[in-house]
Amino acid sequence: MNHERLFKTESHWLTRIGKAYLTERVVLHGKDLHHELDHLEWLHLYLYSILERDPGVNVAKMLNSYWVGTSYPDPSIWPNHVAALAGSVRTTPSLGLMAGLSISEASIYGRRPEVRALDFFYRAGRWCDEGNALEEFVDNEKSRGRILYGYGRPLANTDERIAFTLDKAKEYGFAEGRYLKMAFAVYEHLNSKYGYSMNVAAVHAALAADMGFSCEEYQLILTPCFVTGMAPCFRDTKRRPEGSFFPIRCESIVYHGVGKRDWEDTPT
Amino acid sequence: MPSDYVYHSNFWLEEPEDANPFAAKACYCHGYDVYGQIISRAGWFEYLLLMFKGERPQPAESALLERLAMVLANQGPKEASIRAAMNGGVAGTNHSSALMSSLAVGSGLYGGSQELEVCMRLWSECGQNIEHWKTRLQDPQEDERADIWPNLEHAPGFDPNGDDIPTTLRQSLDLLVEYAPSEGALHWLQAHRKALETSVGYPVSISSVAAAAFVDLGLDRDQGSMLYLILRLPGAAAHALEQKKMGWKKFPFYSSAIELEDDPGPYKPPVSEGKP
Repeated sequence: MNHERLFKTESHWLTRIGKAYLTERVVLHGKDLHHELDHLEWLHLYLYSILERDPGVNVAKMLNSYWVGTSYPDPSIWPNHVAALAGSVRTTPSLGLMAGLSISEASIYGRRPEVRALDFFYRAGRWCDEGNALEEFVDNEKSRGRILYGYGRPLANTDERIAFTLDKAKEYGFAEGRYLKMAFAVYEHLNSKYGYSMNVAAVHAALAADMGFSCEEYQLILTPCFVTGMAPCFRDTKRRPEGSFFPIRCESIVYHGVGKRDWEDTPT
Repeated sequence: MPSDYVYHSNFWLEEPEDANPFAAKACYCHGYDVYGQIISRAGWFEYLLLMFKGERPQPAESALLERLAMVLANQGPKEASIRAAMNGGVAGTNHSSALMSSLAVGSGLYGGSQELEVCMRLWSECGQNIEHWKTRLQDPQEDERADIWPNLEHAPGFDPNGDDIPTTLRQSLDLLVEYAPSEGALHWLQAHRKALETSVGYPVSISSVAAAAFVDLGLDRDQGSMLYLILRLPGAAAHALEQKKMGWKKFPFYSSAIELEDDPGPYKPPVSEGKP
């Protein structure tokens, strides 16, 4: 490889995603935005923009339930806490909400567990397609020290979103999918063997697998999903006195480090 | 008395003013009085290394970090993270938004902090064993699982769009080596650069050089990644401010360069059959 390939795209970008012919029209994946896509709800259009196809009303409604079901106006939740701090220090909505969304790409909640859980089900599916037992796959993952995303939950033992999501899956025709059944089979095994609980990341990912999303598509789809909970957190602190959102006193920083020492006593 | 909610720290201690528990009378970093001693007696890079590593660094370590910071301070508009900040600055966005865009675009697997992290992981795996390096550079993934980060598309620490090491990067490597421990990673990289480039098929990039410097400073991959992000911000800020003053009329707008391969043309309403 070398720099030669850069010449090709230095001043020319050939694409199929669409284009904004400013002052004239906008094409998105082959359709006119203002004439052929104007009937779509915004979230449905977002799916179309990611998937490059219309996934249909039921998929859009199912995913809408993910967004609705995770719109928690509670600033104790860490991304919301960032949005609340942003309001408390009087910064702007874009900065506060985008920062909150950005930290939603976390390892113990949000995007990484979601992507890893979806990948887990696809790999488990391939394992089972080869005639192997699901329980064996789960045990192999566990024996390799891997976190089984979607099982167990950092702050609670039950997940109020599961029943909500399953109701929606039934309503929109996704209650009998292969991967949703697999999610519960994995739960039964982990619960009986290790006492694990299941959280909504497993249910969401299994349904996503049944809807056929790639991991990248799923990550993009869920990226904005906490934002609705952040907006009220931002506004709530914005209305209160500056800096009044759970202030920290000096003694609430509990120190566990080395004792006080003099700079000159430890020359380098 | 602390509140019901406390934060724990192994390196930061604050003592309150007698009259206000929320205001600090003194702050200590790893036991040293920040406002009483560190600020008046330490250099910026000495303080940074103390903060990250927990002990006062050797003068040579502070000097190496300072030189690395200067190497990283401004990669110029060609660097994607700088260009991102310029895209913010030119339209008069918030300064923090410009820097956020620089951090985001500067975090990637191609030239960003995630690539640097992979390089530092390979340093911990391969050390100074060139055969291990040659093997791992061809297959640097940690495992087969999908992640929020995509798979690497090139050997980490090398530039697939390069021919030979750019003069500026070679100058940087040669200079940093002068400040680096003689048996360390930077010396090893300088000595084995050509062999590695021959094996990979393209030249080392700034990620390799910075990773080796962080290894020589005894930093782990998380610490290295954070410093890499921080130390590249000055150029992003300066370029963003410059474009704000320069104005959008002088800034590229690529619309005419973008060609839609399958343009359906202007929308035509369907014609109803059988109607006049």
